[in-house]
Amino acid sequence: MSSKRYLNLSRRQVIRGMLATTAFGLTAKLGTGCSPASNGAAAGGGADGLTIGFIYVGPKDDFGWNQAHAEGAAAMSGAFSSVKLIEEASVPETTAVVESMRGMIDIDGANVLFPTSFGYYDPHVLSLAEEYPDVQFFHAGGLYQEGVHPNNVGSYNGYIDEAQYVSGIVAAMTANAGRLGFVAAKPIPSVLRNINSFMLGARSVRPEATTQVVFTGDWAEPIKEAEAVNSMADQGIEVVTCHVDSPKIVMETAERRGIMCTGYHADQLSLAPNGYLTGAEWDWSSFYTKLVTDISEGKSLMDGSIPHMLRGGLREQFCKMSAYGAAVSDEAKAAADAAIAQFMDGSMVIYDGEIKDNNGGVAVAPSESLKQQDVKLEQMNYLVEGVIGSIGS
Amino acid sequence: MSASWRRKLESLFIPFGALVASLVLFGVFCGLSGANPLAVYGAIWRAGFGQWSTFQNTLIRAAPLMLSGLCTALPARLGLVIIGNEGALVIGGLAAVATGLTLGTSVPPLMVQVGMAIAGMIAGGIWIGAAGWLRHYRAVNETISSLLLNYIAIALLNHLVGGPMKDPSSLNKPSTFPLADVNMLSSIPGTRVHWGLLYGVIACVIAYFLIQRTTFGFSARVAGGNIRAARVAGLPVGKLTVIVCFLAGSCAGLAGMVEVAAVQGVANESLNVGYGYGGIMVAFAAHHNPLAAILISLLVGGILASGGTLQRSFALPDATVLVFEGLVFLVVLFSDSLYGKLPFFKEKPTITSSPSPPPSPGQEPVVTG
Repeated sequence: MSSKRYLNLSRRQVIRGMLATTAFGLTAKLGTGCSPASNGAAAGGGADGLTIGFIYVGPKDDFGWNQAHAEGAAAMSGAFSSVKLIEEASVPETTAVVESMRGMIDIDGANVLFPTSFGYYDPHVLSLAEEYPDVQFFHAGGLYQEGVHPNNVGSYNGYIDEAQYVSGIVAAMTANAGRLGFVAAKPIPSVLRNINSFMLGARSVRPEATTQVVFTGDWAEPIKEAEAVNSMADQGIEVVTCHVDSPKIVMETAERRGIMCTGYHADQLSLAPNGYLTGAEWDWSSFYTKLVTDISEGKSLMDGSIPHMLRGGLREQFCKMSAYGAAVSDEAKAAADAAIAQFMDGSMVIYDGEIKDNNGGVAVAPSESLKQQDVKLEQMNYLVEGVIGSIGS
Repeated sequence: MSASWRRKLESLFIPFGALVASLVLFGVFCGLSGANPLAVYGAIWRAGFGQWSTFQNTLIRAAPLMLSGLCTALPARLGLVIIGNEGALVIGGLAAVATGLTLGTSVPPLMVQVGMAIAGMIAGGIWIGAAGWLRHYRAVNETISSLLLNYIAIALLNHLVGGPMKDPSSLNKPSTFPLADVNMLSSIPGTRVHWGLLYGVIACVIAYFLIQRTTFGFSARVAGGNIRAARVAGLPVGKLTVIVCFLAGSCAGLAGMVEVAAVQGVANESLNVGYGYGGIMVAFAAHHNPLAAILISLLVGGILASGGTLQRSFALPDATVLVFEGLVFLVVLFSDSLYGKLPFFKEKPTITSSPSPPPSPGQEPVVTG
């Protein structure tokens, strides 16, 4: 040690010096600051060509939520030659999505963004929308609050439980004993609504039908999902469906166990060629194409010519049914088609009282007839009669 | 002199060589996927480091990795492999939110923030400290116990957020009540990077001095090197284990606090997105050196930041950045085995003239009369 002294400085002095330099460097950097880098929205897209950015929370080929959006985006960009589509997949609901959106706007000149995951909205989309008031943000989730959220934010979501209702009809008429199963992620309102609509559809044609529900606890739990389907098959359940991020495992397991299934999010026929009956699919292709037509005609959220809240079901082409599988009888097809026709002419009300919950209480009073837009349905916290399971805490 | 010069060159050459090798491998991968490797390198550089506005993206992504990396790096000096970063981060975030909501706006925002930071650090510290305690006093393997503690932490998060701590208005994404806006951590002035970056750098520097330049750190390293020797020397190995694990956990807990107080504003499932696992990789690639962890975090942050451009401009799949990250780590870890193997860096024993044994640090030559 003593023989290695340079310039007569002790190690302690060197360390002190380094600390002081570092501290100075930090404060100097903070003090002077660096000029803010945001130059506002770059007008890279130009007036004639739109640049549209899509952001997905998972991979684009997950047979689920993300694939449905990615297919919609691809169909939309195929319909417009002037639209430049940019996409990013597997972006988590953290600062990462803010940075992705910022990159799309600043570097690629995007003027319309579609962040498609529910959790992107608050705080990420909201904060960025304030920073870039000229960019339109359309968020999939239906969370917009008039007067609270920025004017350039829109929200859209579909009443896919209508399609689940039709799936329930097909499932109940195909299952010999009327025993159905539902693999669900979390007991939150949007999931409960799908389970209940599925059950109500099944019971509309077969009043003794039951649905066994299993909550896995999270959006992507492939092992638990497979276990749930296996135990349902062991119990003698004949048709399973699900509401998880990627229905792939549920469909494949059902097919392997020789039971039937109805799909969710996207078309899963290729995963279960024998047992796939039908499925509740998003129809984002129609929706995105219509929306982008409006935007390219100069309509915008900011001047109010595009509504901030866009919702709809089968009739408005927010969702659709998969083609019927081979195992579906003509009777079942007829019953399902009749229900679809009622949805199409607007005469169908799924939550038409009286509806009991599965603890014997009244979920929807006899006098009530809850249309799809009803806010009460957004706060659903019960399982209807016939569903076996509980929502826990 | 020449010997130490060669060793220094070796310790520079091997990591940078590893980096270059992994870039070449990644280029081959890009070529196979139909993208021009040189253009991809350029894009990674521009998107991660090239401009101040994009470099901020790198900094934002690097910030949580530094703190979370320390959770593995510190106990590693004691010879422990702790991989409970994710759990400690989640628990730290939960504790911070609980404290922030309890204090509310009754006290000045600065006190709330300090309170949240302390709560996060204590909670995370106890979480990993428990793994250390189990290791020393009950002989439970610390890797397994800390891994399992991750699952418990995530289950606890889901339970609290979906039940006792749930904000009833958060319908489809269960979350806690939001922190008051005044209590949120702001960004570093002139940037969009939150203060978590500075916390991370400071924590890494402190950790470096603690481990390399203090008696405490020296005892920890002795215990890590040879636990029996440490016992014989009378070092309190048990206490050291628990304290180091506590400190490690408190770093990850602080990362959780930053994530809720600077980014999310609430605790929900977005807290558990893999910062903990990213931190493990950072710690291993940095050879558990806290200062190197800063650089590795920046590197990883830059790689992650370039992911968007790679998808948008080259139509490469979204897993490309993960492939790159994985290649870098594999090659860096493999390069460890090259130390002392390359002939050029071997010391030539015949040339040395000094007959005296090399002095070990901190030990003055004994003067014999």
